[in-house]
Amino acid sequence: MNELLQQLINGLALGSILALIALGYTMVYGILRFINFAHGDIFMLGAFAGFYLAPRIATVLPLPSVAGALAVLVISMAVCATLGVLIERLAYRPLRKRPKLTVLITAIGVSLFLEYTGQFVFGAAPKKFPEILPGFAVMHLGHLSFNSNQIVVISVTLLLLLALRFIVLKTRIGMAMRAVSFNPEAAALMGVNPDVIISFTFALGSALAAAAGILWAINYPSIDPLMGILPGLKAFVAAVLGGIGNLPGAALGGIIIGVTETLVSGYLSSTYRDAIAFAILILILLVKPSGLLGKKEVEKV
Amino acid sequence: MNFRYAKTVLLGTIALGFLASLFASRINPYWLFIFYDIGISIVMAVSLNLINGYTGQFSLGHAGFMAVGAYTSAVITNQFGELNVFAANAIFAVALLAGGLAAALAGLLVGIPTLRLRGDYLAIVTLGFGEIIRVILQNLDRVGAARGLSVVHGWTNLFWTFGLGAVTVYVVASLVNSTYGRGFIAVHDDEVAAGAMGINPTKYKVTAFVVGAFFAGIAGGLYAHAKQFLTPGGFGFMQSITFVVMVILGGMGNTVGVILAAILLTLLPEGLRMLAGIDHLPGLAAERPLGWIGDTRMIIYSLLLIGLMLTRPQGLFAFRQQRK
Repeated sequence: MNELLQQLINGLALGSILALIALGYTMVYGILRFINFAHGDIFMLGAFAGFYLAPRIATVLPLPSVAGALAVLVISMAVCATLGVLIERLAYRPLRKRPKLTVLITAIGVSLFLEYTGQFVFGAAPKKFPEILPGFAVMHLGHLSFNSNQIVVISVTLLLLLALRFIVLKTRIGMAMRAVSFNPEAAALMGVNPDVIISFTFALGSALAAAAGILWAINYPSIDPLMGILPGLKAFVAAVLGGIGNLPGAALGGIIIGVTETLVSGYLSSTYRDAIAFAILILILLVKPSGLLGKKEVEKV
Repeated sequence: MNFRYAKTVLLGTIALGFLASLFASRINPYWLFIFYDIGISIVMAVSLNLINGYTGQFSLGHAGFMAVGAYTSAVITNQFGELNVFAANAIFAVALLAGGLAAALAGLLVGIPTLRLRGDYLAIVTLGFGEIIRVILQNLDRVGAARGLSVVHGWTNLFWTFGLGAVTVYVVASLVNSTYGRGFIAVHDDEVAAGAMGINPTKYKVTAFVVGAFFAGIAGGLYAHAKQFLTPGGFGFMQSITFVVMVILGGMGNTVGVILAAILLTLLPEGLRMLAGIDHLPGLAAERPLGWIGDTRMIIYSLLLIGLMLTRPQGLFAFRQQRK
């Protein structure tokens, strides 16, 4: 029983990170109807931004410290938000009216470009992410032990989710986002500039991916340029599981994938870990292709 | 491809492959292996073109089918010791066929449940399927798991690679040029309209998938008996991407273009490797070593993909007008 709870906590931490990445997929899909394949690599770039920023921030703020870690997090998010907007501008925007397959292939190209340029620039060998948070003692609750980093991951994710919910539901730009996702032409007629909204969506999604990258690196401090591939794919599966285009669904999907994966590697076999997400994907697409919280869409001619 | 000459080209290539294989001992082994690679890439790219090009689906798991074929055929031939030429070639043919059938079965297994999906979903599912195969192979102790599997016999030769390359091209070309095969293009052009005309899109998609997977399995068998060593990691996502790049570069649904692209993209890394071997080119400053060029293959692929999609989505070698 205790072990199960312990595994659930581990799974929740992993799931929170996947949920943050999944939100980026689902937001872009909601508005542009395409899978931003390069999203997992923004996650990787977030971790690397933190890696290169940390020594510079250490000259201004003490590291490891809460303020310093916050600075690393926020600046990495800003860097990746800029990158996300830039990628959309250069690679995806010229293709807006082209077939979906063209955009998908471009996205795969961007993804490979980021990965292998990353290998070229950062080096292929894994790097050790610096300690940016003071590790306070492991807390015990009965027989359970909480790693301080896991608490940080879960609470930062929760805060970011609330912030995102506020932006999407309570602000003007959030309303515009929902409008564009509902019907781009009608939104444009109502005075919403879809280009601005799409850029904003990419900025928001990339910032969340960067946050996920930093949280991942705090939890598992070995980073390399190909680290984004698997978490990216699993997060995509999470988005599909929750119902793509649906924000609470993405968060839910992330948690489910994270917990299932941790439980399977804890109780069954850790070597099959990486196949779990894909098995879930095939299953969900067979049983309920619209996802847990998604609405069924009928294709109209 | 001009279909009238297809049979002549088929028989000609097989005969040429046979003749060339008689003189194989005079060819520098380095080039011999590059020729094998080219033949295998042609089989892979042309069969993938049936799925991604003609039928308009998007499979990112072609290397997974290749893995199934490679391991199946290797497990079969590893049962045998030294054999005379005729027995060896007979066994090899059976093993290749078995590998192809096993891959086709895998294609059927993935195809039936998933081909109701469209475009990007299908891409991710096939990708996921490729990864599942890799993970399973990594856990199967009978085939060496992550340590890899040694293949005893190096039976792949020019006859088999180019003969089977020609057969693949011929089968795919006859299939899409047949009355039945028009259905693939109909599904590619407009699934809903094709359905309204009485064509069952799912059936066509599954057929394309199974035939494509069959040839990928055969290519896997050729690969296994050329390299003589298999690791699950060798059939990953990146390998699938390489074949996808060949299809896109050649022009989706353009067999001749895809063959050219397969040749070009197999030679490209070798060329880069040679450049990397030279310390510096004459005329370039000596302090700028060229060793880094060899590592940039994937960067070049990615830029090719992005650049092609932005400027020439019909592919590099699409000279005639594309089917509208």
